Amino acid sequence: MVGQGQVVKVGIADMNTVKMPDTIRTSGLGSCVGVVLYDERSQIAGLVHVMLPDSSLGRTETINVAKFADTGIPAMIEQLKLEGVQPFRLRAKIAGGAQMFQFTSGKDTMRIGPRNVEAVKEYLKKYSIPIISEDTGGSSGRTIEFNPANNLLNIRTVNQGVRDI
Amino acid sequence: MYKKNITSIHLDVLKEIGNIGAAHAATALSTLLNKKIEMTVPKVEMVSFDDMMDLAGGPENVVAGIFLRIDGDVTGNMFFVLPVEQANRFIQSLVQDSSLDFQTGEVSELAASAMQELGNILSGSYLSALSDFTSLKIYPSVPALSVDMVGAIVSFGLVEVSHVSDYVIVIDTAINEDNTTTGESVKGHFFLLPDPDSFEAIFRSLGVQ
Repeated sequence: MVGQGQVVKVGIADMNTVKMPDTIRTSGLGSCVGVVLYDERSQIAGLVHVMLPDSSLGRTETINVAKFADTGIPAMIEQLKLEGVQPFRLRAKIAGGAQMFQFTSGKDTMRIGPRNVEAVKEYLKKYSIPIISEDTGGSSGRTIEFNPANNLLNIRTVNQGVRDI
Repeated sequence: MYKKNITSIHLDVLKEIGNIGAAHAATALSTLLNKKIEMTVPKVEMVSFDDMMDLAGGPENVVAGIFLRIDGDVTGNMFFVLPVEQANRFIQSLVQDSSLDFQTGEVSELAASAMQELGNILSGSYLSALSDFTSLKIYPSVPALSVDMVGAIVSFGLVEVSHVSDYVIVIDTAINEDNTTTGESVKGHFFLLPDPDSFEAIFRSLGVQ
């Protein structure tokens, strides 16, 4: 990575924003989906590490909005607005949603990766945010890092090497 | 559910489960490889999802992970996680082929199968010891293997818990090959993650309210 920026780390079911020259990273995405929303003009980006598709699946009184696709995406948009980003400028890059284990039984929780990807796409569409590129599905874990300076999402896997999307 | 206060007595019960289970698994592994295997005192912790990854060496740590889903009176997920180097060593000695390597991407069918079987035997002995101890019925699924970042592997087992909580109770027992000559300490971990609704069944079976 070029630049002297810092790397902002985002944990599981967590979110944060970053401004150039800093970059933002989340590690070890499996069935979870990393959603990057960015604005090329202000060079501000946000990353949500989505774990579940829908907050109606949650059974707690207080919910962690970053955990779910349906709440995490609007919460990220709101946070970016506070940083002065105009929502219509937002673009998205997404990665993750792998199926880490192959099972013969078709139980629904086993398909959590693909379901997360579907939900993320549905909500991005709902908020009219175009997906510029994606690297989803498969069966590999991913570590992703977004650099608002060049709008590239760097994806690192154990078995499939490194690439930028 | 997690809301109920977990006292030190509860934690002791869970520790004992980790102790009995892992002791049997370590014995099985020792017999299988004809090597001395050591185990640590089990840790029972209520941790955040991120801390859970750190227990396993950080989210990007590359491991061979065996996953089993548990059904029956107790439901939950179980992982047996080994650093790749150690998985290689175990499997090489198991199938007597020193060229096997999980790090080269494509894992041979034999190596994968041997690793799955290893996971099956170890978690089988862990869980049957647990079942004997608690008189609870426990049915493990067929084990699944993945060689990847531990964050990607273990987060899959957190999906069930994440519906109800941002924290997970993990029963963690580490085992390692007795390697006093080289001073290496590569550790494998058993992570037992009972579903939140299952704790009551566990406690009740051992007479703790």
